[in-house]
Amino acid sequence: MLHQDPLVFLPFSVLDNFLLGAPGGPFLDRKLGRRALGETAARYGFDFNADAPTRSLTVGERQQLEIARLLWRGARVLILDEPTTGISEPQRVELFAVLRRLAAEDLIVIFVSHKLEEVEALCHRVTVMSRGKIVGRRTLPAPRDELVRLMFGDIALGGTRPEVALGEPALTLSGVAVGRRAASPYPDLTVAAGEVLGLAGLEGSGQRTFLRLCAGLEKPGSGRIAVGGRALARQPYRRFLDAGVHFIPAGRLEEGLISGLSVAEHFELVGGNSSFIVDRAAATAKAEHRIAEFSIMGTPATTADALSGGNQQRLLMAMAPDEPMLLLMEHPTRGLDLGSGEWVWERLLRSRAGGTAIVFASSDLEELLRYSDRIAVFYEGGIIAVVPAAAATASSLGLLIGGVMP
Amino acid sequence: MNRLRSVPLAIVIGIGATVLLLLAAGAPPLEAMRLIFDGAFGNTSRVAATLMAWLPLVLAAAGLLITFQAGLWNIGVEGQIVMGAIGAAWVARTVPGPSALVVPLTLVGGAVLGAAWALLPALLRTRFRVHEIFSGVALSFVAASVAVYLIIGPWSRVGVASTSGTDLFDERTWLPTAGSWRVSPVALVVAVAAVVSVLVLLRDSRFGLRLRAVGRNPESAFLFGIPTGRYTVAAFGLCGALAGLAGTVQATGFHHKLVPAISGGYGFLGILVVLLAGFRAVWIAPIALFFAAVQVGSTQLSLRLGIDSSLAGVVQGVLVLAVMIVGGAQVYSAARGPVVTGEEEG
Repeated sequence: MLHQDPLVFLPFSVLDNFLLGAPGGPFLDRKLGRRALGETAARYGFDFNADAPTRSLTVGERQQLEIARLLWRGARVLILDEPTTGISEPQRVELFAVLRRLAAEDLIVIFVSHKLEEVEALCHRVTVMSRGKIVGRRTLPAPRDELVRLMFGDIALGGTRPEVALGEPALTLSGVAVGRRAASPYPDLTVAAGEVLGLAGLEGSGQRTFLRLCAGLEKPGSGRIAVGGRALARQPYRRFLDAGVHFIPAGRLEEGLISGLSVAEHFELVGGNSSFIVDRAAATAKAEHRIAEFSIMGTPATTADALSGGNQQRLLMAMAPDEPMLLLMEHPTRGLDLGSGEWVWERLLRSRAGGTAIVFASSDLEELLRYSDRIAVFYEGGIIAVVPAAAATASSLGLLIGGVMP
Repeated sequence: MNRLRSVPLAIVIGIGATVLLLLAAGAPPLEAMRLIFDGAFGNTSRVAATLMAWLPLVLAAAGLLITFQAGLWNIGVEGQIVMGAIGAAWVARTVPGPSALVVPLTLVGGAVLGAAWALLPALLRTRFRVHEIFSGVALSFVAASVAVYLIIGPWSRVGVASTSGTDLFDERTWLPTAGSWRVSPVALVVAVAAVVSVLVLLRDSRFGLRLRAVGRNPESAFLFGIPTGRYTVAAFGLCGALAGLAGTVQATGFHHKLVPAISGGYGFLGILVVLLAGFRAVWIAPIALFFAAVQVGSTQLSLRLGIDSSLAGVVQGVLVLAVMIVGGAQVYSAARGPVVTGEEEG
């Protein structure tokens, strides 16, 4: 098994990493190991300095070291999990050449990837998985549309959204790049009041970083972020809050709520009160009011961790200002039953009618197509396309998510 | 953790272990326990001795409760006590004047220097991401060294450089006592006021609510717009001030001079008190009293039964371990128990 991040011990030398897990007595046979490493490397065209610290190797070289170690140990089945994520293009070409050669030598290579082009370039057969289940098997080459349909399922678009006239720009990004040396900045983007921007992409393709940048929780390397006309990039998070930005993260209990504190205490923490002593009676009354308004199954004294997922989401939404300038949300309906999910969007669309701009990330294509005005597609950390939702289809989105430009 | 169930069980385990220890040491357990109680509360001077131990312990524990609630391991509390004692000693040695002026100043001096010393780990944590446990251990050593340096250096007794301590302070700087009792009513008032203030602060104030939020989940608290760094610094500062008061009580109320081991170990013992109290303010004072009583009372064991009085430390440690084990076992069994879910989770 070759993991996405090669399992090497960075402070160890290349040779010691190679020898890790090797059978034998209590003493390392470094001489034998050195010879074996040299032979294996020569056979597959790798080049290692056995005494260099592993830290000095590139991710691609660490991967080669890991492959060499597995092969020397007599692996017959090689499983690679997203092996091309952190490596350069020449290293990818080299890796594919080695994998083809291993397959020709009667090894079994299982290659896990979400990049359609790589699968098409390398594999003989493909098994498509979705939500933890096998949804189809094909022998390659197979039509690309068919693979996309298998990956994302058939989407029946139902339900309508009330139309809302777009207002002034609520969020403006120009030339924003994540790190100082980011390869390419995000495209310039404006989200108007009353607009819903969906963020599509495979999990971990950069949607979270984008949302956290817009929320002021991370600082961009360069570029300008404005909320409601106020320039905010590199300002403290507090300024973003004051400008009317509200972020609801995906980890409800991990990063949104506080285990052990009651519902009433949560409202008290975000409410604008400033008296030194907390007025418990008033806090309870306020919490009861909000609990009724947001139909939370709980009492003011219920602790956040004792609520079910759906009610935690309701509590998070009840803690948001009624109509913030900009509402940022990760996976608004993940893990919720259908009723709670519908309820969440009903509330969100109501805020939108009041002039809130909504930016949300989701891996549910139906949710994206149904509720967004526009959809930004993320791929490997960047936005590769921004498309109007009305013009997009599940399969066109699916191709973009797989990194295939039309 | 359900404290109503776990504390009595832990005490039973703790007492059981103590009985076994006493039997192993060849002492009759009931007689030994009677001696401990008698040694702690048997007459007014023994009660006074117990209270003298209770004062610094409860002050340190009250301060530690604040840092624990903020999610901080203020291991450096020992150093903060020492610096508090140094601050009080400095005032006592330099400020002339009547008792009514100097005594409040010694308390202020101790609290300020203790708080200042506690701000170091706070800043190291918030600015430089140094964990407070490491900086706390290091700073405690530094504080102890400063005390020794002062005692054998600038503040040494005339003609003698001895680690037995400085000259006694002027009697007007001592925490005033009433009659023949050694316990200063001023110190008692300060300690009780400190415990009550901490209780109100943590339970009823907005500051306390935010502090608890920061302690339980700093990510969420930050998202709510709470400046988490400032609350970390404030928690350290308040704890340091209370530890400084503990040091002051030790310096001007007990030893009446600066000695090297001025903290008396009450900082570390305070950590045990807070752990045993399960981070609840109301339990701090009685548990601190119990610890003080065991500590003072067990000196009778060596006098009367010839058993080493270090048994006190063993009893205290065993009790805390028992509470931890019982609490941990409950968490473990809860984690293994049937999972009840209200609705489908993703």
